[in-house]
Amino acid sequence: MSDRQKQSRRQIAATSQMKKLMVAHFLEIDEARKTGKQKVAWCTSVGPAELLHAMGFLVYYPENHGALLGATRMATDVIPLANAVGYSPDICSYLTADVGAYLKGVTPLTKAYGIQNIPKADILVYNTNQCRDVQDWFSFYAREWDVPIVGIHTHRNIREVEDFHIADLVSQMKSMIPTLEQVSGNRFDIDRLREVLDLSLQCTKLWRRVLECGAAKPAPLTFFDATIHMAPAVILRGKPEAIEYYKLLIAELEDRIKTKEGAVPGERHRLYWDGMPVWGKLRELSDQFCQLRTNVVASTYCNSWIFDAFDPKEPFESMARAYTELFIVRDESFKEWYMDNWIENFSIDGVIFHDAKTCPNNSNNRYSMPQRMAKRLGLPTLVLHGDLNDLRCYSEEQTRTNIEAFVEQLDQKDG
Amino acid sequence: MTRRLAGGIDVGSCTTKSVIVDDGGNILGSHVLYSGTDFEGASDTAWRETLSSVGVSSTDSICVFSTGYGRNSVSFATNSLTEISCHARGCLRYFPGPMTIVDIGGQDNKIIKLDQKGLRVSFKMNRKCAAGTGAFLEEMALRLRLPLEKLDDLAKQADGEVTLGSYCTVFSGTEVLEKIKSGAALDHIVRGLFHSVVKRILEMDTFTDTVVMTGGVIEHNPFLIDLLKTHIPNDIVTPPHPQIMGALGAALYALQEDPHNTD
Repeated sequence: MSDRQKQSRRQIAATSQMKKLMVAHFLEIDEARKTGKQKVAWCTSVGPAELLHAMGFLVYYPENHGALLGATRMATDVIPLANAVGYSPDICSYLTADVGAYLKGVTPLTKAYGIQNIPKADILVYNTNQCRDVQDWFSFYAREWDVPIVGIHTHRNIREVEDFHIADLVSQMKSMIPTLEQVSGNRFDIDRLREVLDLSLQCTKLWRRVLECGAAKPAPLTFFDATIHMAPAVILRGKPEAIEYYKLLIAELEDRIKTKEGAVPGERHRLYWDGMPVWGKLRELSDQFCQLRTNVVASTYCNSWIFDAFDPKEPFESMARAYTELFIVRDESFKEWYMDNWIENFSIDGVIFHDAKTCPNNSNNRYSMPQRMAKRLGLPTLVLHGDLNDLRCYSEEQTRTNIEAFVEQLDQKDG
Repeated sequence: MTRRLAGGIDVGSCTTKSVIVDDGGNILGSHVLYSGTDFEGASDTAWRETLSSVGVSSTDSICVFSTGYGRNSVSFATNSLTEISCHARGCLRYFPGPMTIVDIGGQDNKIIKLDQKGLRVSFKMNRKCAAGTGAFLEEMALRLRLPLEKLDDLAKQADGEVTLGSYCTVFSGTEVLEKIKSGAALDHIVRGLFHSVVKRILEMDTFTDTVVMTGGVIEHNPFLIDLLKTHIPNDIVTPPHPQIMGALGAALYALQEDPHNTD
């Protein structure tokens, strides 16, 4: 039998505080829905949340719900319901899981927070910088509830962010304001937007610092920690509690760095993960890497909520820039430059590309990037075929063997 | 003086292979049987049969490594490694690097690239689908009511072949039914199936340097090598027993790691 010891990564103590914040967030939205005292806007995870907060909405993020459906392994049970009404198994499995759960009348929020139903939206606001599927996803609910839907259509495959990109997005965001005013009953206030943006900026700077802790050797956190601890950066940015939380988390991580307490005991290899997490297999994958004494220390995915460009002095322009600078909307040459930098700064030994069956926008292996990277950087690369939520597309044994063989290859390199 | 031996067990999805080597890495005995549903039982039986063929009764001093899909089911193995590492190690026993190893297994295909020093440069396994693997040929043999061992001769004797376009095993089955309906000769269909396996291999990766073909499918269907030769200019070679390369590799790793080894 293998001589590898069964072990899991070191737990982060701050997690309990994050769970309290999550409970408070969801209960606040649930309460608002029940009492009608505050309007609820649904928003895509990569904005424009700041504008919605400034307009006085409580903001709910369906992508977070999609990830929860995956992490609780409810997704694969409910996706077929969405497939059956015409949403293809090949499209975003956040969408199909969320719609399937709605059709079945279930939500992971019930077990986690005692909330019976997802909060009905007063307005749906999307940004296609993640993908076009979010528009179709939100449109389902717009039809279902007969509520307004507005959105931003971001440019794609961008090499350099140009003035015309920014001008276009600013124009699109501003054009949403009359609808937002009508639904919220509040007048748009640019100073309030500046305040929210300042809070988001502080949050995003701290989130970057959290992720940059992974550059330490041994790394005090893993990609699997980051997929959990990114929650405040996604759903609480623009609110003071996210800032306080990340200060707490950073203190713990920096303490670990000082004492050289790695998240993976005996860290031997350091990997970069490109693409979506496999939400339903976080524990298994984390344990396998830990047993192989290999840490996934950096990722493209968790970096998606770093918005360096936010600037309260130029709220619309800086939001437009932040949401256009993102990795996911950039062309291959930018993506490669971006990843090369992180790979160098984090002392990466190998790169794993997750080819998520239902998420082409977040699967960067499909245009030969792993081959180019292996040649350019002399680093081994591995493509894992799976999915973010639909475990029908995931082979447990194939994945395990691929990872194990990849680490054996890294061992061989070490002699 | 007792001989120092080492063993390797490759528990594949279809067959379990067992090998014993001497301290020079030479194969003294081997055994292959169907894995069935009891991997532990299959590995026990394969190992006992191999010991018997070598004329050894006590296993105490033999270090055994396991590999393959069921590598963690071998209770008497002291360590396990993936079949990727073990196939490479087995092939290096017969051929020097650099090489591209093409292993066609029961449930998965592997392409493994080794550099001049024999170090692994990259590897790829087929995606989740079993198209192009032994399972595909088994499924098709069943549909055609043909014994598996007849496939190679039929493919070789065929003076033509049908074209199967799909990379889905189920859709290929439908295509085969259409060919039968349209009156295609049986050997043309079998050769078309073999070509389908080769096409699945060709689309997995590029081929550099000498190509070494391994696996049970190659052991029993060597005509696949001839077909692959029509597509790539590389030298294509195969070790004496391509089916047991994984088990041999595991045995060679065991020999290296043997705690009794004082070299």
